[in-house]
Amino acid sequence: MEEKPNYSYISQLSGGDKNFEEQLLDVVRLELPLEIENYKNHLKTTDFMRAGDDVHKIKHKISILGLEKSYQVAIDHEDKLREGVVDPELFSQFEKILDAMTTFIQKA
Amino acid sequence: MQCIIVDDEATARAILKKLASNNEELEIQAEFSNAIQAIKHLNQHQVDLIFLDIHMPDFTGFDFIQTIKNPPKIILSTSDRNFAIEAFEYDCIVDYLVKPITQERFDKAIKKALKFSPKDNINDVSSEKVEATPKDSGNDLYVNIDRRLIKIDIPSIYLIEARGDYILIKTSAKNYTVHSTMKKIEEKLPDHLFLKIHRSFIINVDRIIDIEDNSVLIEKDVIPVSRSSRPELMKRLNLL
Repeated sequence: MEEKPNYSYISQLSGGDKNFEEQLLDVVRLELPLEIENYKNHLKTTDFMRAGDDVHKIKHKISILGLEKSYQVAIDHEDKLREGVVDPELFSQFEKILDAMTTFIQKA
Repeated sequence: MQCIIVDDEATARAILKKLASNNEELEIQAEFSNAIQAIKHLNQHQVDLIFLDIHMPDFTGFDFIQTIKNPPKIILSTSDRNFAIEAFEYDCIVDYLVKPITQERFDKAIKKALKFSPKDNINDVSSEKVEATPKDSGNDLYVNIDRRLIKIDIPSIYLIEARGDYILIKTSAKNYTVHSTMKKIEEKLPDHLFLKIHRSFIINVDRIIDIEDNSVLIEKDVIPVSRSSRPELMKRLNLL
């Protein structure tokens, strides 16, 4: 079964502070689309090192949204990009993760 | 403890601020999205503890540590587990937090920071690279070109570039192509004036016009700065 983003880490961190939860999600809502855009642009220009840097940043957000298995996909994808390789399988899995995260933060 | 946060990711800074706000021992003085701004802040403020991200583009956390002269206590935060060994090569590093950071793990790191007493910071140069002894070669350098020994005034050299088996020595007045190596000429140049900023380039630091991203403008030449040379270059600058 596919992993779904969740609030477990954010809730644990906030200790019930709803204001903080909302503020943090606002930051993620602002930052994640930019990081995804950078990632896609760097892939387009075959700047794989920078694309790896982008995945690295996104990786933190994957963990914040409780996506433990997806986190490993991001690690592998980042490593491959730093080697100058776009692995089609990892790329495709990562795209799905990005879509899931984007949908989640928009609805949150 | 007066703290600063250095992390290029806004989400990470927000989380660290929240974690710190739950700890009475800490006061967040400022936060920075890049290391250069943080260095400027450190020049003007007393800071006891830095929360430092390792993985930042262009200027890593380790570059940052090597750049500051008397580093305060540092807690590293990163999404990579692979840097742990390198992290503990620095005396100023108290702990190493892997993101996402929990409150429990954060508090544990703060307890360590409170107990942590680094060696006397004034004399502690563990985070600085040991300077090579300046060479006492006078102001002149003789190079062999077409069986003639030609004298070059060392301070007039602004750039040396590797060109295969040759090196190109550039001065304001003239350029010289000499059969030699970067290593050999590096040994002849005074350390306080010259710096190797890339495996193919040595520059005269006094002749820098400006620095942008990963390059230096010197006379009319734009020279790349390698990632590993950037901390040393930054250390040489009289930053405001």
